[in-house]
Amino acid sequence: MLYTNLNHVESAAQLEKIISENENVMVCCGRMGPMCIPVYDVMEELEKVYTHVKFFDMEFDNPEAQIIRNAPLTRGFMGLPYTVYYKNGEMVKATTSIQSMPQVKAILDSEFGQPTA
Amino acid sequence: MENSNHYDVIILGGGPAGLTAAIYLSRARLKTLLLTDGTPGGQMTLTHEIANYPGIEKINGYMLGSVMKKQATSFGAVVKGNTEIISFAFEGATKSVATGDGQTYTSDAVILAPGGRSRTLGVPGEDTFKGRGISYCATCDGDFFTGKEIVVVGGGNSALEEAVSLTKYATKVTVVHQFDHFQAFQYAVDEAKANPKISFVMSSTIASFYGDEKLEGVTIKNLDTGEETDFSTDGVFIFIGYVPNTEWLKGVVNINERGEIIAGADMSTNLAGVYAAGDANAKRYRQVTTAVGDGTIAAMAAADYLHSLKRK
Repeated sequence: MLYTNLNHVESAAQLEKIISENENVMVCCGRMGPMCIPVYDVMEELEKVYTHVKFFDMEFDNPEAQIIRNAPLTRGFMGLPYTVYYKNGEMVKATTSIQSMPQVKAILDSEFGQPTA
Repeated sequence: MENSNHYDVIILGGGPAGLTAAIYLSRARLKTLLLTDGTPGGQMTLTHEIANYPGIEKINGYMLGSVMKKQATSFGAVVKGNTEIISFAFEGATKSVATGDGQTYTSDAVILAPGGRSRTLGVPGEDTFKGRGISYCATCDGDFFTGKEIVVVGGGNSALEEAVSLTKYATKVTVVHQFDHFQAFQYAVDEAKANPKISFVMSSTIASFYGDEKLEGVTIKNLDTGEETDFSTDGVFIFIGYVPNTEWLKGVVNINERGEIIAGADMSTNLAGVYAAGDANAKRYRQVTTAVGDGTIAAMAAADYLHSLKRK
């Protein structure tokens, strides 16, 4: 169970549905650990600003999270969390381990565009 | 000054020093704002277990940070995480801080508690394999290395304690340390040496990391002979101390050659109304408890300073 204020992804099928229905999606797949919580916090902050992006988390230990754990872009990852970005249903970017606010914003801006004022 | 963005004290940094200062100041009914660029708790959140914080037998570092934040906010402090500092002015009587969300905050006093960050080796391959075999957090990533052979770099308390902790997962842990002796306390050295899964490579450092999609090995350099040896490993955990987050303060407050803020016994800096606390300060020992002590002193000194302003 992830105790965050983000919307949670519970299954691979749900994630497939989300990315098919939304152009820009960011998912942080992790645990309630010290490298993961800061990323959830960043996402909660950015969710208010990047209204053209849908933000979710997914529990790393959920067997259904293999859709992220075994994705081509996360191959070789050995650090939590796995943070992935989907554009038009395709995973276009993935990062491993903790990410700062500027790092996440840079990816959101480059992959999905900057938020409109 | 009647302004919703004006505070008695602004605290910059959300580790134990900053949070403690926020607790003391807000409990003294001083209007207090704490800004931090990360998650409240600072480096403490990376510690899986704190067993030497007086009064608490054992606690996860993240939980301790969360409780400190809750205490501070319960007394009225405003705590803003993930806040980028764009500009600041600390020299005048009224201090100001502009943040990335377009806000400008002012105050009569400032407490600098920027803390530190994990020191990196800065050798080839480190950036490439971060999260792909290189980690700075045993709690977070230890189980990726279940049944594998790993390396721990460092010789302080964190390195040896985490090396022992990682033997829960790894079949073999090789500690690589640059000196021929450890800086850790004797209990940590004894525990590591007694663990059959741990071996030691002394007077050596990591010269580079190599691999393809993920880390496959390291080149270990013997610092006495200069000899370099390739060493296959699945993972490397680096615990070689911290560097102070003070780059942005150079030329603003007095900083020593190691980048540490020079503060007095009352945590005052060279600027009136500006105090510094925690791991970024020049000092010998860096512990949660010492940061908490610094934060307490800085808060009380800042409160005294504010009272002296009112008396004028």
